Amino acid sequence: MELLKKLVGWIDERLPIIDAMKAHVTEYYAPKNFNFWYFFGSLALLVFVIQIVSGIFLTMSYKPDAQLAFGAVEYIMRDVQGGWLLRYIHSTGASMFFVVLYLHMFRGIMYGSYKQPRELLWIIGMILYLALMAEAFMGYLLPWGQMSFWGAQVITNLFSTVPFVGTDLAILIRGDFVISEATLNRFFALHVAAIPLIVVGIVVVHILALHKVGSNNPDGIEIKKHKDANGHPLDGIPFHPYYTVKDSLGAVAFLFIFCAIIFFAPDMGGYFLEYNNFVPANPFKTPEHIAPVWYFTPYYAILRAVPPMFGSQFPGVVAMGVGTVIFFFLPWLDRGKVKSIRYRGTIYKAFLASFVISFVGLGILGTLPATELYTLISRVLSVVYFAFFLLMPWYTKIDKTKPEPDRVTSK
Amino acid sequence: MAENVDHSKRNLLVAASVAAGGVAAAGAGAPFVMSLMPSERAKAAGAPVEVDIAAIEPGTMLVVEWQGKPVWIVRRTQAMLDLLGKHNDDLADAESSVPQQPEYCNNPYRSIKPEFLVVLGVCTHLGCSPTFRPEVAPPDLGDKWPGGWFCPCHGSRFDLAARVYKGVPAPTNLIVPPHKYLSDSRLLIGDDSKGKA
Repeated sequence: MELLKKLVGWIDERLPIIDAMKAHVTEYYAPKNFNFWYFFGSLALLVFVIQIVSGIFLTMSYKPDAQLAFGAVEYIMRDVQGGWLLRYIHSTGASMFFVVLYLHMFRGIMYGSYKQPRELLWIIGMILYLALMAEAFMGYLLPWGQMSFWGAQVITNLFSTVPFVGTDLAILIRGDFVISEATLNRFFALHVAAIPLIVVGIVVVHILALHKVGSNNPDGIEIKKHKDANGHPLDGIPFHPYYTVKDSLGAVAFLFIFCAIIFFAPDMGGYFLEYNNFVPANPFKTPEHIAPVWYFTPYYAILRAVPPMFGSQFPGVVAMGVGTVIFFFLPWLDRGKVKSIRYRGTIYKAFLASFVISFVGLGILGTLPATELYTLISRVLSVVYFAFFLLMPWYTKIDKTKPEPDRVTSK
Repeated sequence: MAENVDHSKRNLLVAASVAAGGVAAAGAGAPFVMSLMPSERAKAAGAPVEVDIAAIEPGTMLVVEWQGKPVWIVRRTQAMLDLLGKHNDDLADAESSVPQQPEYCNNPYRSIKPEFLVVLGVCTHLGCSPTFRPEVAPPDLGDKWPGGWFCPCHGSRFDLAARVYKGVPAPTNLIVPPHKYLSDSRLLIGDDSKGKA
């Protein structure tokens, strides 16, 4: 014991491990009223680690080669010992990552966690979201199935609708005139090296920014206003042991669901792994019905809802892009005086509810074929989706808010 | 020491260093960007393709690969050709005014010989490959369907001259690639002797 203390002391003189531990874990004070919604940040980190580890092991058996890729995935599934499990962990992890992220983001919206002083924290998180969408999209090409191929074909062609430079831009992204081995190789490089490195960096920045401004809480009030004699927030508790224990419980519950999916429904009825992707890529035959994986379908439905204008599909692509990027502006669109939904008025609650309905509704419509009726519903829901953001400066201002409490409440 | 600094000289040197470093960085960046463009091998795959069209049955379609994309060669029957002029009002660009075809194919059939249609099998919407549906008025496409292509991705429709219908996502007619006849039964795709595509 004495020896261990000496060793830690020796290291600490050369590397500030004790200070870092105190600042970010044992003496990082988080509000004491965290509820269910506060599991998803740490769960996102957990899924990220699962994806990195399972991804590294999949890379050991995978071949980024148009002739070999599909076979390599089948080899992993059938011949590599435990390979099927690794692959299902990784594919389920991709979908569960977005489940956790969407809930995490919804928490942020619901409790106004993007509002001053956490604007930058929100923006960093949104950059992470975009990076993970790119990561998921590129990873989906790697099995080189029909949905991989045609999904990538459609998405890279979105860029070719950009006026003037579009065609060259799409060629630059694909590295060829069509989706080909050049595309597969570069998506592999970006999926396993470049984007994960970037994501690790941004995750660190996200946590540093969080620990600078401190966590928000379900009451949306600043716990730093009331401090004890030692300068600790009265309504705060150290992250460790309190929240490490709470988050461990969340992790256990999450892994329970995660394992149930892996073992009993790894393709989730075609939503996590699409049936067409068990057919090798064929550049001459588009499958009868193509749809992106579920976590992209809300944006895909917006894309399809916008009709071509001036002989170009570009307006739809812009609407889809704006649909993702508009989240960045939430801190400045929201003019409400209170942060949390607990103290907001009816108007805000109605708009938030309609936003959730539009997002889920578009997500469902994005998986279905575009019939006239569905296109009409998609158009209505797209308007509702954008109304939530674009009308926010108005409705948050006129909304009748309730007074915020001075100290955090617990139920 | 500090009061002897010549700030204007220092600023000039800093600006010059940044400029020189910027040029060097741009130069060093060049190979990275260049490597992302199609390789010489990919460009060579765009070489013209020679096809024997004698064996195509009337009313059927042959798919060949050119530049990694499907090229359709359809041998249209007289009945198919007769139907072409009858639905011009339903088309977005019946007269082929958007230059989606070489000058020599800017005619009602969008082909050199009316019988053979040569067209790039890539939807002008988002690049899916539409499905060949030559039959007239099948139940799923409606009784006005005169034969053509249906894109499974987003529902775009094209007639048997690969002209796009109104009110579908695809904005323009399908592209007719440059091509020429070497003989009555030999077709060269990708080269019309007016400069390669």
